[in-house]
Amino acid sequence: MNESVIQVQNFRKVYGDFVAVHGISFEVQRGEIFGLLGPNGAGKTSTLESLEGLRHPDGGSLRILGMDPARQSTSLWRHIGVQLQTSALPNTMTVLEAMQFFCAYHRVPVRRDLLERLGLADKLNDQYASLSAGQQRRLSLALAIAHNPQVLFLDEPTAGLDVPSRIVLHEVMRELQSAGTTIVLATHDMAEAEKMADRVAILLKGRIAACGTPKEITAAGKGLTRISVRTENNLLARNGVVFPGVRQRVLEDEYVIYYSADPGSSVAAIIRHIDASHDTLIDLRVERPSLEERFLEITQTYA
Amino acid sequence: MNAFAHHLAYDFRTGLRDKSQMLMNYLFPLAFFAMMGLLMTQVNPTFKETIIPAMMVNAYMAGGLLGLPNPLVVSREAGVFRSFRINGVPSLSILTIPVLGISLHMVLVSAVITAGSALFFGAAFPLNWGWFVLIGLVAIVSICGIGALLGVVASNSRATVLLAQIIYIPSMILGGLMLPTSMLPPALGRVALLLPATHIINAFRGLALGLPPSFSTTGSLLVLATGAILSYALAAYLFQWDNNARRTHSPFLALLVLAPYLAAMLLSA
Repeated sequence: MNESVIQVQNFRKVYGDFVAVHGISFEVQRGEIFGLLGPNGAGKTSTLESLEGLRHPDGGSLRILGMDPARQSTSLWRHIGVQLQTSALPNTMTVLEAMQFFCAYHRVPVRRDLLERLGLADKLNDQYASLSAGQQRRLSLALAIAHNPQVLFLDEPTAGLDVPSRIVLHEVMRELQSAGTTIVLATHDMAEAEKMADRVAILLKGRIAACGTPKEITAAGKGLTRISVRTENNLLARNGVVFPGVRQRVLEDEYVIYYSADPGSSVAAIIRHIDASHDTLIDLRVERPSLEERFLEITQTYA
Repeated sequence: MNAFAHHLAYDFRTGLRDKSQMLMNYLFPLAFFAMMGLLMTQVNPTFKETIIPAMMVNAYMAGGLLGLPNPLVVSREAGVFRSFRINGVPSLSILTIPVLGISLHMVLVSAVITAGSALFFGAAFPLNWGWFVLIGLVAIVSICGIGALLGVVASNSRATVLLAQIIYIPSMILGGLMLPTSMLPPALGRVALLLPATHIINAFRGLALGLPPSFSTTGSLLVLATGAILSYALAAYLFQWDNNARRTHSPFLALLVLAPYLAAMLLSA
């Protein structure tokens, strides 16, 4: 049964004369990975920090695990984990000291296992200032999940991370999700959101421009499916046959790329044509429109 | 070990590990002590009578006024307090633990100065050790309180240095560290009453060293205690977790900490 752990209703945030968030509403279910997407200044961090109890909303209501973050932040912080976009530790604090320090305040045993899991086992006595940006991000993630939070907020978690670290982060997120942790992920990385998030909300100029599963959002667009074809004799490149559903044809290296509104019919017709021309198919790739393409489409609509 | 003890132990280690804190807690006050001990005791032999409290007060000002505020400002600017906040570190710990950490360093420095003054420069030990220790602790608490308040209200590191120097430099000249306040022109003597150092030295002279005080020692202790209470209360009231948050109270409220010192100055007129 779905259980809503985060409820945002008509949330509004204002800085002076500037309205950063215009009365947005959404809910996040237990165990869900929910992506908050949007360009800089869209209101992601304002929303996240208000949910975390670091900022006070100027309108609407916010509830996390039944608590009001603005009024019950101290109780809330025992149950949530937060990796801030710009967080820091004292420069001279070592990795192990940081873990001991935060575990002491959360009253949980020191989690050396997390430091090992996130590749920091050989950095235990290194001071924070001497860590690379990626190592600092991994440490902040380890500290955010050390007390097994029910809800985890990740603000641009992969910024500054190398590929192996991203893979580990995604594995950790999946493990947390399996254990029932709800994750709110704010990111610029559309591929990451598409891969990790169960649902996403696209924020533009402080408003939700789209909300749903990545598939629902991409399907709602007018994006065309990309069909890349390579044949032995490259006959498709030489003749300009028109296939059903194809809106655009592009030549790229030895590939002919078709953009189709009806990929099923287009692919079937292309294969039939290759057979009929006595050519041989070497490679065929079908790529549906990505969340990134849909995001750009929505952004242009709102511009 | 509980969270508070962990935090304090970490903060104490930082006082030794961080180069600027090490400089302000130990290197500068002890080097200044060595220099003053070598020079001033030759130039002015009566300096031996007050070298211990004078160098202790200098050490407290170096650690508490010049050293303590900047890490508070830098931590706030860098987002360290935000990280602490969402992990349940209370603001009271953020304010009190650095003060306790510095206090421990100051106690160690005081011991070195007291022993070193007698061993190397022929200074006399205090006549009343009870008062000596008590006034030392009151001095540390009152100076660190002002340091914590500066760290809370200063908008950036440059402002911190400027504000700290506004207290430190006059204290060195007028506070009775180098020459008794009674030797100052009357107007300057009254201005000196605005400085914690003046009251600390006066209390040390009258209650711990057996020297004639320049004015009421009870009054000095009262001013220092009231000033300390006010400074911590104001620091807690004006505390901000991060630079991005809009200030809800004017930082100029911090000037209220001067009230007991102003009262002392007005009453002396």
